[in-house]
Amino acid sequence: MEEVPHDCPGVSSAQAGRGASCQGCPNQGLCASGAAAAPDPAIEEIKEKMKTVKHKILVLSGKGGVGKSTFSAHLAHGLAEDENTQVALLDIDICGPSIPKIMGLEGEQVHQSGSGWSPVFLEDNLGVMSVGFLLSSPDDAVIWRGPKKNGMIKQFLRDVDWGEVDYLIVDTPPGTSDEHLSAVQYLAAAHIDGAVIITTPQEVSLQDVRKEINFCHKVKLPIIGVVENMSGFTCPKCQKESQIFLPTTGGAEVMCRDLKVPLLGKVPLDPRIGKSCDKGESFFAEAPDSPATLAYRSIIQNAELSWQPYLAFKN
Amino acid sequence: MEAAAEPGNLAGVRHIILVLSGKGGVGKSTISTELALALRHAGKKVGILDVDLCGPSIPRMLRVQGKAVHQCDSGWVPVFVDQEQSISLMSVGFLLEKPDEAVVWRGPKKNALIKQFVSDVAWGQLDYLVVDTPPGTSDEHMAVVDALRPYSPLGALVVTTPQAVSVGDVRRELTFCKKVGLRVIGVVENMSGFVCPHCEGRRRGAGQTRWSPLPGLCAPGP
Repeated sequence: MEEVPHDCPGVSSAQAGRGASCQGCPNQGLCASGAAAAPDPAIEEIKEKMKTVKHKILVLSGKGGVGKSTFSAHLAHGLAEDENTQVALLDIDICGPSIPKIMGLEGEQVHQSGSGWSPVFLEDNLGVMSVGFLLSSPDDAVIWRGPKKNGMIKQFLRDVDWGEVDYLIVDTPPGTSDEHLSAVQYLAAAHIDGAVIITTPQEVSLQDVRKEINFCHKVKLPIIGVVENMSGFTCPKCQKESQIFLPTTGGAEVMCRDLKVPLLGKVPLDPRIGKSCDKGESFFAEAPDSPATLAYRSIIQNAELSWQPYLAFKN
Repeated sequence: MEAAAEPGNLAGVRHIILVLSGKGGVGKSTISTELALALRHAGKKVGILDVDLCGPSIPRMLRVQGKAVHQCDSGWVPVFVDQEQSISLMSVGFLLEKPDEAVVWRGPKKNALIKQFVSDVAWGQLDYLVVDTPPGTSDEHMAVVDALRPYSPLGALVVTTPQAVSVGDVRRELTFCKKVGLRVIGVVENMSGFVCPHCEGRRRGAGQTRWSPLPGLCAPGP
């Protein structure tokens, strides 16, 4: 779809093609005919593609900078430690794709084959896809409006040859907008296990995360649970703990209790995590005895308990 | 909702500063708020326009969450955060029926509201309008830059944290600024170090901010 007017009523609106703001839009005829409101054929194509993917998990947060990409990457590393488990990591943060750097895959390119786009493999059993692999320079800005971002996400889900995968982890940007709606919409027919929602302890994060939880309820996306990240800092010098992001309203624990969603665990702030991400290395390998590593592993175990058993789709 | 253009609403605003970052969670809203407070401390009249529609943080930071927005002849009246009316604020946070309500909008609808925020808020006479943005280089950023272009913004403050994952996104934001012709006033490195309150004595503030004008990207200040 080409550029839409700024006050487009939306293609599925009753006013689509008929509103005052539709005059002069190149898509006016399409909307007025009702064709644009018809279900996207890609949804069925993606359902077919996803038949070889057992578990699909979205990693969300209303808030930016809480550690979604860090968690997504380490969830992928943790699950892929079993070499019999096939893991796929899809980064749909189109404007700020962090996954290539965190996974140590910056500069890698995506290749086309007869069966579609090949993901970039970190290990034989860990494949990654991100818009970062499609940029010619790491400084390239992806300045796209919603419809173009949606098109990219559709391609990622429909055209990437993931193969037989046990876990597809989808890392998302902060917010409740195009990328999130598209991911849920395109995966609607393919059964998503649910969402892991990341927060930090302070109320400024929690207020955005409550919105994200409401978003999940609105689009009927099950919530696997909440992870409280950057939950306390242990000084490497004196080993005493302090709170950098104060849980002035009780942190994720109180929020989860109020909203009746599971708290999967809390991860303390270990500066070595950020360092590992910058170097593109797994924090589990860099600091296997860190309280943060132990917390991550416990969270992954808790999450695994709630994933749905794989349902085979019959034709 | 087609809003009639109100050329008068920004006519009384002397300087417009955008606060940007490619990266989320680096402290854009915190820095926007602190900048507004610092300017007020210097005797200036400041407005804050919060165009983070999905995650509006500024109302809580200034303790005005839950306030209502009223109409006047020129449009919406911004919310004043103090009795002296030296800081005014507009945010989608004031338009939500419930504080936990998610704004689940696609790009075109977000663009329309941002256009209204720029043209329909009766800011009055301001020394500075600080525009807080969400992370990224997408609809909100293009909409606000387009809408503010006729008013010649002073430029953008770009916020980062020290780690490479942030700096990578911020480089992309600097590319965005260059592409859309938005001057970069400078870069702020936030969360730049932490002093443990136990072993190195209590100090106010967990980080230091450094102003770092980038040669070749910034024009001399006013």
